[in-house]
Amino acid sequence: MSEAGKESIKMVDIYIMGKHYAVPETLTIMDAMEYAGYRLTRGCGCRAGFCGACATVYRLAGDYELKVGLACQTRVEEGMYLAQLPFFPGRKADFDLEEIKPSVADFARLYPEVFRCLGCNSCSKVCPQDIDVMQYIAYIQRGDFAKAADLSFDCLMCGLCVSRCPVNIVHYNAALTARRLYSRYIAKPDPFLEQRTRAIEEGTMDAEIDQLVAADKEKLQKLYNNREIEK
Amino acid sequence: MVYTPQLRELMKKVEESRSSRVGVVYPRMSPEERREVLQKFHPDYIEDGFRNIEVGIDKGVRMPTEMADIFESYSRLKLNEIDLAAEPDYDVDVLIIGGGGAGASAALEAHKAGADVLVTTKLRFGDANTMMAQGGIQAADKENDTPAIHYLDVIGGGRLENVPELARALVMDAPLVIKWLEDMGAMFDKKEDGTMITGHGGGTSRKRMHTARDYTGAEIMRTLRDEVYNKKINVVEFSPAVELIVDQKGRAAGAVLYNLETGQYLFARAKTVIIATGGSGRLHYRGFPTSNHYGATADGLIIGYRAGAKTIYADSIQYHPTGGAYPPQLLGLLVTEKTRGLGATPLNINGEQFVYHLETRDVESSAIIRECEERGLGVPLPTGITAVWLDSPLIELIHGEGTIERQLPAMLRQFQRFDVDIRTEPMLIYPTLHYQNGGLLIDDSARSSVENLLVAGETAGGIHGTNRLMGNSLLDIIVFGRRAGRNAAEQSKDMNVPEGLNLDHIESYHRELEQSGVPADRVGPMLLPHYTHR
Repeated sequence: MSEAGKESIKMVDIYIMGKHYAVPETLTIMDAMEYAGYRLTRGCGCRAGFCGACATVYRLAGDYELKVGLACQTRVEEGMYLAQLPFFPGRKADFDLEEIKPSVADFARLYPEVFRCLGCNSCSKVCPQDIDVMQYIAYIQRGDFAKAADLSFDCLMCGLCVSRCPVNIVHYNAALTARRLYSRYIAKPDPFLEQRTRAIEEGTMDAEIDQLVAADKEKLQKLYNNREIEK
Repeated sequence: MVYTPQLRELMKKVEESRSSRVGVVYPRMSPEERREVLQKFHPDYIEDGFRNIEVGIDKGVRMPTEMADIFESYSRLKLNEIDLAAEPDYDVDVLIIGGGGAGASAALEAHKAGADVLVTTKLRFGDANTMMAQGGIQAADKENDTPAIHYLDVIGGGRLENVPELARALVMDAPLVIKWLEDMGAMFDKKEDGTMITGHGGGTSRKRMHTARDYTGAEIMRTLRDEVYNKKINVVEFSPAVELIVDQKGRAAGAVLYNLETGQYLFARAKTVIIATGGSGRLHYRGFPTSNHYGATADGLIIGYRAGAKTIYADSIQYHPTGGAYPPQLLGLLVTEKTRGLGATPLNINGEQFVYHLETRDVESSAIIRECEERGLGVPLPTGITAVWLDSPLIELIHGEGTIERQLPAMLRQFQRFDVDIRTEPMLIYPTLHYQNGGLLIDDSARSSVENLLVAGETAGGIHGTNRLMGNSLLDIIVFGRRAGRNAAEQSKDMNVPEGLNLDHIESYHRELEQSGVPADRVGPMLLPHYTHR
């Protein structure tokens, strides 16, 4: 890039773990760290806002408020002081899904801390996905796993909620258990799926496909070009 | 707000024509038109992006230049850095390299079959393209559909180049996979009565796309991962395999692992090895941006190839038609095909549709490239590239207000973070490097051409021919992950602990490289892309 080109990009001052770097203002936090020379191993995953690897805590110069975001989904700002939360040692309860039921009693055995929620709402305030975390914890406490499953669905398991919880609830693991319970026991099974899987296992779907597997390319192309397409 | 005044001016044309476009179906291309647009505009057909590799079992095979460079590379390992005569750090029945959807499925099935399993992965467990797959997973589990109808879609979309037994396995296992996942507690979109809500994808003839909002892959991955932990299967993170180890007969017998955080080499001895390391989008073929995970650097392809595993369709790369083009923070980001499945259409600078919105991915991408390059009807962006509109607000007109928030929450959120509201503002898109259609050749039991080496997921090739359909990748990783896990475990029951562990294949590969004059500083696998100071 020419010197003139460089001048046209506005730079901002950021502080990665307290250390100063000047970076182009168009970058995300993740790109800015790489621009500054970091070769990321922890704190970087899908780079598209799905995996929760890059939870970041930051503060702007002159402000006391801590803000959060995903490094790959947050643009740098002037005077940003930042650090990543690449891992959080949250506990996961092991369970056999066939041995538990969607009941408050079973849930309390797996995650007793869920029932100690103080209602401070720190978890919801810190969620980069803007999920009402405290509300789904309340649904779990009431045994309303359907609502907890629905409300927690967009969770990326980044761990920020857990980092702020005064009673050490591991919200993301509790939510995942709630969703698995909902799907296994509360959502109704598809009326046709069982029939289809049985047919496949019994071999009654074999003849139709084996005809196609044996067909030559010319015939297949013709069948493909003329296939009926569901509206 | 983030769109410049020039873009806002151009956007007016999209807004003006929107209501007149509702319900109007743009004609599909004829087979001849499809062939023509592919040959003129699909990057797979642009010869200067390819060369033939000169070493290894597939000497003479055509590959993208960036892939060939990595294939023709020296080991990262100095051969005196590891003593294979010492006690192995891990000693298992089944070693699974890769912690995405294929690796996790393999682990669960191998464990169920009674095997002692080790999963090793480069980044965190679950850091994989699986996690990012938004659009859905196909399975013929409706009354108007059958695996045979699914099969015809798969091979027609794959340009009839699929390995028939692999495509057969894919579609026949599909309903079983949906049931397996649901029984494990994965939450698919359903109606009150339990009926799966399914839709179309590019190239489907039946509505068989199952979804979990637009977090389908994430939902599957986190469920599988949770279950692997429940079963207490050993998972070692931040430890990519940098070389396969073979026994005295040249059969796969383990791998050398590299601890990314401490720089230490360790090694695992195993009766059977499954490679499930995913794709290669981070090699950025032809300079394309990619929708792939940070770790998608073809590692498993290379170490498998060095040990003698044959490839298939290494020159077939999928460009997803709708990658983010603007704002720049979203460059390359996948805009899920579900967006088009719900009715959003691509439009040129004049606000006119120029291609049916649900052609197969290869054709749709080629048509977008043609619109920008040949016809000059792309939208010029402040960043210097051109793009086309994807009219997402049309979805709300067709299906009613609130549809985007319900059906595309991830997409809505991602664009909102950079000040674009896709409910009222169209997106700007351009094809992005998305998927490796080919890979290491397997059979329908997921076995490669190297004994005791199995391959599953995006690293495997042949299933999708030279063009994969949406929703068949999430399916493929589970189908072949499960088959690999089961078969590796069964096989290992009758096996003795491998003897005479060695890396002789690396030494002979190095000799070939030297004979071909490959420069000594070309080292692989890459492990992580180089983005510092870009």
